[in-house]
Order: sequence, then structure tokens, then C-alpha cells
Amino acid sequence: MDFKESKPIYLQIVDRICNEIVTGKYPENERIPSVREYAAIVEVNANTVVRSYDFLQSGDVIFNRRGIGYFVSEGAIEKITAMRRESFMNEQLAEFFDEIDMLRIPIETIVELYKKRNKQ
Amino acid sequence: MILINSLDFGYSKHKVFENLNLTFDEGKIYGLLGLNGAGKSTLLYLMGGLLFADNGKVEFNGFDMRERNPRALADLFFVPEEFELPDVKFETYIKLHAPFYPNFSRETLDRCLSGFGMDTSCRLNRLSMGQKKKAFMCFALAANTGLLIMDEPTNGLDIPSKSQFRQVVSSCMTDERTIIISTHQVRDVENLIDHITIINDKQIVFNRSVADITDRLVFTDARFGQRPEGAIYAQPSSVGEQVVMPRGGEQETPLNIELLFNAVLAEREKVATIFA
Repeated sequence: MDFKESKPIYLQIVDRICNEIVTGKYPENERIPSVREYAAIVEVNANTVVRSYDFLQSGDVIFNRRGIGYFVSEGAIEKITAMRRESFMNEQLAEFFDEIDMLRIPIETIVELYKKRNKQ
Repeated sequence: MILINSLDFGYSKHKVFENLNLTFDEGKIYGLLGLNGAGKSTLLYLMGGLLFADNGKVEFNGFDMRERNPRALADLFFVPEEFELPDVKFETYIKLHAPFYPNFSRETLDRCLSGFGMDTSCRLNRLSMGQKKKAFMCFALAANTGLLIMDEPTNGLDIPSKSQFRQVVSSCMTDERTIIISTHQVRDVENLIDHITIINDKQIVFNRSVADITDRLVFTDARFGQRPEGAIYAQPSSVGEQVVMPRGGEQETPLNIELLFNAVLAEREKVATIFA
């Protein structure tokens, strides 16, 4: 796996697993690879994947069945979308606002462009 | 576990280590870093019982490595940077050497080899340097020893094999094993290791877990002329500078080993205060 420079590796792995769930590679209620298996797939230390799985578990995207492994939660796709919506609103959108302020583009122009795009 | 206690070592008059203390725990992959001639390989040889300390002790699972106790050696595998393999078939080699390692797993060996696109039908001496290294490393991983030491394991490996190397090491790691990798090719192991140990000037100058490092330091890019206040160390990059800073409340960043290494060598005191 190719990692970007700026985002913590464990969060990049979280994104990857989320994409795999959204695209149906790991369906709801089915087992995902073990921490060690996943660490080997993405060529990282197992502790990094432990952090990714903890993160996904705290967001109810996956759950642990003791002694069996990790499974995709019911409604995981909606939860992923909600998680991503929140991070988009908090991060990318804030950057976007900073950028349009700096370039002195009025928000009305952006709204117009958005409406025009949706009509096409 | 390996305990290195008040270790002194030198080659005749040239002192390599003075009063060196160090511990390696189970369940971790250590990256051992240092400049050329800093003593990385010497330290590995001391741990393997191939060199003897002038003063102090190297203990592995309670055995003094100077004694080369067979029970200690059966749980230890050392892959040196350069090595010779005998002129025999790989199968013969396995038959002769696997019995020394009680936890040897043929299944692991076959799995690791097939990852590299190899098998055991070859004759060891007819292999290229890189192929030999792969074969020997697969055998080392399959020996399933509590301690696995690898000196510059990715040297001489082709591009796809470096990725394969990370896969096999990651898949062979367990909570009971200790893996120590000495390397200059830090990019090859950046996300694989748990812990960074840096040797410089006869001493251990840095010894921290990756979790601890990324918790306390950020590695970031700064544009020309915009070095952030509080930067510990900066080095030029294509967009401006790469900077190491105390993390403060910032978002965590991935570890940049090269930058960390340079920062530790240039600003050892400043780095130390961040971890104090």
C-alpha cells in the first residue's frame, strides 16, 4: 500500500477498510481479516492495524466477537457515510472556505456554480 | 528478552561501546539505526554470541550469550548482511539445519518462499545474491525463533521483493517474538517497525517506541521562509523545508525516520527534552 505523507498511517488504513466495506468487499455481518492478516496485506506493523480496528470499533463500523475475530457491523455503510460527512464538514470544508476567502470568491458564485452543475 | 548491561566493547584500541545499556522486549520489531561505523553490526554480533564484551553482559532469556548455550542458540537466528551458503540443494540445507530449531515450520518456509516466487528445488550456490538473501531470510523466519536479528535485510532486494519482505515479516510476527532490523534503508521498514533505537558515539542516543514518537513529534513540510516557531530541526526539501516539531495539539503525522534520525544526531538535547 502506498501511504501519503500527511495523514497518520492508521487513519489511512481506516479509510482503506471503509472503502472496502462500502464497495462490498466485506459485507455486513461478515468477518474481516485478523489484525495480523491485515497488517501483512498493507505491510505495516500489527500495532498500527490494532489502532485502526480500535478506531473502527469505537465508531461501530466493526465489532469484535471474542475468540473469533472482527465483523462488519449492521448498518456500517451508513455509519461510514456519517463519519465521512462529519470529517468533510470539519476539515475539507473549512479548508475550502479559507481558500475562497483568500482568493476573494464570493460564496454566491460558488452556490451558482453548484446549481448550474446540478442542472446539467 | 535481551538485556545488555554496562557493555564495553572495542576492537583493540578503538572503543565501539562504553557503558551501553539496552533492553529488547518480546512482541516488538526494532529498527536499529546509526551512521556507518557506529557499531550496529558489532552490537548484533555481540547479541548473537559471535563477539564477546570486554566488560558487562549480553543476556538473552537469562542466558549469558558469551556461553553460547545451545538452548539460547536454538531460539535465536541471525541473518548477517553478507553470508555464504554451502554448495548444496536447498532441500538438503533444510534437512541439515532445521533440526537445530525446535519451532521450525515448513509451512511458514513454503509460504514465505512462494511470496517471493521461489521454492526449495534450487541449489543454494547457483542463486544470485538477492535470491540467496530471500532464501536465507525465509529460512530465518520459518525457524520461528524468539529472537530474529537481521542486518540490512533489504540490501540487494529488487523493488517488488522489498514490499514482499514487509509482508512476510509482518505475517510472521507474533507477541512472543523479538525482531531486530538494522538498516540504512529506512523507507523500506518505515511502517513495519515498532521501536527506534539509534546508536551514536559509543552510546544509545535515542530509544523510543513509534507510538511515543508520533504522539510527541510531528513531521511536516514548511514552505520557503515559513519555518514554524518551535521547530526542533529543519532540512531542505523540494517545496521548502521538512520540519520536526513538538506535536502540541496538532494532528498526528506519520513518522519520517530519516528526518527523525537527522534531528536526533543534530539536536540530541532538544529532542531529549521533548521526551523528558
